[in-house]
Amino acid sequence: MNDTTILHIAGVNKRFGGLQALTDVGIEIKQGQIYGLIGPNGAGKTTFFNVITGLYQPDSGTFELDGKPYSPSAPHAVAKAGIARTFQNIRLFGEMTVLENVMVGRHVRSHQGVFGAIFRHKAARVEEASIRARAQELLDFVGIGQFADRTARFLSYGDQRRLEIARALATDPKLLALDEPAAGMNATEKNSLRELLVKIRQDGKTVLLIEHDVKLMMGLCDRITVLEYGKRIAEGVPADIVKNPAVIEAYLGAAHQ
Amino acid sequence: MDTFIQQILNGLVLGSMYALIALGYTMVYGVLNLINFAHGDVMMVGAMVGLSVIMLLQSVAPGLPGYADLAIAIAVAVPACMLVNVIIERIAYRRLRNAPRLAPLITAIGVSLLLQTFAMMIWGRSPLPFPQLLSGEPIQIGGAVISQTQVLLLVLAALAMVGLVFLVERTKMGRAMRAVAENPRVAGLMGVNADRVIVATFAIGAGLAAVAGVMWGANYASITFTLGILPGMKAFCAAVLGGIGNIYGAMIGGILLGLIESLGAGYIGDLTGGFLGSHYQDIFAFVVLILVLTVRPSGIMGERVADRA
Amino acid sequence: MALLNFNVTQNPRRAYTSMAILLALLLVFPFFAAQFGNSWVRIIDIALLYIMLALGLNIVVGFAGLLDLGYIAFFAVGAYLTGLFASPQFATLLESIVNEYPVVGQSLIAIMGPDIVANGIHLSVWAVVPLAAVVAGFFGALLGAPTLKLRGDYLAIVTLGFGEIIRIFMNNLNEPINFTNGPQGINLIDPIRIFGVSLAGEQGSNSTVMLGSYGMPSVNAYYFLFLALTIAIIFVTSRLQHSRLGRAWVAIREDEIAAKAMGINTRNVKLLAFTMGASFGGVAGAMFASFQGFVSPESFSLTESIAVLAMVVLGGIGHIPGVVMGGVLLAALPEVLRHGVEPLQQALFGKIIIESEVLRQLLYGLAMVLIMLNRPAGLWPSPKHEDRPDAAETNKGTGFPA
Repeated sequence: MNDTTILHIAGVNKRFGGLQALTDVGIEIKQGQIYGLIGPNGAGKTTFFNVITGLYQPDSGTFELDGKPYSPSAPHAVAKAGIARTFQNIRLFGEMTVLENVMVGRHVRSHQGVFGAIFRHKAARVEEASIRARAQELLDFVGIGQFADRTARFLSYGDQRRLEIARALATDPKLLALDEPAAGMNATEKNSLRELLVKIRQDGKTVLLIEHDVKLMMGLCDRITVLEYGKRIAEGVPADIVKNPAVIEAYLGAAHQ
Repeated sequence: MDTFIQQILNGLVLGSMYALIALGYTMVYGVLNLINFAHGDVMMVGAMVGLSVIMLLQSVAPGLPGYADLAIAIAVAVPACMLVNVIIERIAYRRLRNAPRLAPLITAIGVSLLLQTFAMMIWGRSPLPFPQLLSGEPIQIGGAVISQTQVLLLVLAALAMVGLVFLVERTKMGRAMRAVAENPRVAGLMGVNADRVIVATFAIGAGLAAVAGVMWGANYASITFTLGILPGMKAFCAAVLGGIGNIYGAMIGGILLGLIESLGAGYIGDLTGGFLGSHYQDIFAFVVLILVLTVRPSGIMGERVADRA
Repeated sequence: MALLNFNVTQNPRRAYTSMAILLALLLVFPFFAAQFGNSWVRIIDIALLYIMLALGLNIVVGFAGLLDLGYIAFFAVGAYLTGLFASPQFATLLESIVNEYPVVGQSLIAIMGPDIVANGIHLSVWAVVPLAAVVAGFFGALLGAPTLKLRGDYLAIVTLGFGEIIRIFMNNLNEPINFTNGPQGINLIDPIRIFGVSLAGEQGSNSTVMLGSYGMPSVNAYYFLFLALTIAIIFVTSRLQHSRLGRAWVAIREDEIAAKAMGINTRNVKLLAFTMGASFGGVAGAMFASFQGFVSPESFSLTESIAVLAMVVLGGIGHIPGVVMGGVLLAALPEVLRHGVEPLQQALFGKIIIESEVLRQLLYGLAMVLIMLNRPAGLWPSPKHEDRPDAAETNKGTGFPA
């Protein structure tokens, strides 16, 4: 972990009709961190995710990735700039094979088009082989290499999550943004996930994640931001967050001081 | 100025027929998210059945006044079309309710072809003349002319629309229809039999189309088995213009489209310096559709489509 | 399909052997069919054109999952373009310009020269076909750009409307300036000339094409040309399907939002499918115009769009062999009916109860309903699940999830 700021977001506001979903939310993540975003249901975590990855248009905000401003205007542009995400309700390409899912992730870093498809000249064949190789490499990295030719929707839940992460990694992101990757997992699976995330961090990647499992987050994250009702109520290292009165109140209610 | 009023009157007449047909499209789309491609052909069936009834009456009861013939024709065409549409729903669409969208669409196109084929077999391929039944003097309005048939059409359309609004807003069935149109699953949980509502929706739409069909024949004096294709498509455009799934939208969209077509055909020559003539009339509906979907896809009144999540 | 297996990845040797056998049969066919008269080869020539169309539409509907109900418009564009630039029509056009807008007309005449004024423009096939492809592709892009973001049903109706608009224009663009000669259509379109040899045969040779000292009927010559073209299109679309682009199309069909999140510019990728499909249609149109020698608006109606769509969907959507089979069945069917069913009824009942036209439409309608109810993936669907329509909805909108 060095001191480069990978992601710098400030002043995000988002309104849906009468509901102010996000008020002046910002985040700063340094290279190599695992950064957590937590908060009670409806706090705006996924909304914030959707804003920074281009699915929703914010009313205001500044967005910088690796020192350069980026425009969260369209999801594919965000992916190209270097933020790859996974989804709360896993969004795999269910009927494609596991390997093909990850190969799609390589799309943004490859460029053979119609000409290459039709003529399969040397450069096209080389690129296709490298896409395939890299995809297999990533599957091995997340631990599901042996399922490469299986149809994706037949994978177990935990493996599907891994696949989604592998696919996101295939885009060579500067920031990996995971939306509740541990949802629906039991303790063993969560542990495996934790190990995978640590491995990803060791590999030099930066991770932003939304999660509900506070214990998991405390043991995993370097820093955490807490949202409530669309506002940032706390930011800091896990040890401080856990003791923060506003956070406790948000999760448990005022009586539990 | 006379031309202008004439165009307006023509537009209202045309628009009323579009509105009646559009209602069928919009109601079915509202509850099923399905474009009933065959709906225009149901209108054609209404016209054909109506004609057969009139021919029959004219041969067995020649003394009957024209408006009686017409009334009986409509009275027979309406249940006939209802039956046809209900059968279609039962046989062709019901099984495909949860299929990916392509299958019901292809099936609907197939049903449309079948209806045309049966009509071809029963009534033949050549255009059939529709007799002039209301032979009274046309009415003059400010230099423009409107025939009795056309007046009757406007009256019938207005009555039908008022009747439908009453049904939808004030009756139990209407409430059920609105509930299913919003959220079929929850409506089911509230005890609404969605299947029955859907059948009723198909039936009502078909009844309105039958009226439109018979009056179309009476107005244009000639019908053929391909009658329903183009007006059907245009009526769907009208439904989108007004806001798909929204019955007020269908009414407004239909009338508006009729006016646009009529005025457009009348003035397009002037507008384009003689380059385009009135035989481009048929384009307007599709141009309107493309514009609406590009600029304001929810239509004039806003769409009301089922939440099928 | 156990006899002929074309799955190259599964068993390459068997696949290539199957293809070789099929190719041999196809090459021999016209000489065999000649025993029964030229009309059968002619029927297959038309069927091949339809197959080309179906393969082009398969890129749009099958690969990219975009419902196009007005595909025939691109066929019309290619055909009419050929009609305008490979026949005397351009002369008629100039004449009408002179009549309506004399100043413009005279200057055009000065530029074009007396030969064109008298005889029209007669581009060779090597110029017309690329032109048709490019212009049709352009129209595809024009239509696609604003409409591809619409949900499936709406896209269907909009494309249908576009098809109708094109047909109406073709039917009416004869006044004040005569581009298309209206309902009468354009006649005397040049046949295809390859290396000096006209595929319609030399004058007075009873439509015999001479290759050196060897002669064959014109319909046979066109057969081989269209067969070659069809094989080329099959090759190209197959390569497209199994490529980075093909994967992107499947991804968009499966889950457009996830595809976007993975960096796929879905708008451009969809537009690419639409444009490519359109240009294939244009090429087929050019071939059609040259083959038939005339074009008229009747050949480009909604019925035709639906027929091509039926070939794709009923044959096996997204599955190239299925689409070809669908094309063969549905294109050859009307002719088989005409030659078989009417005489049969005549023999059995002494009169024709159901005309073949009626029967054709009846069978089309029944096929569409029955096949969609029972085998929605088509008669010969893809063995790979991801290429089937029940794998993905063809109308995922752009609504966002939580």
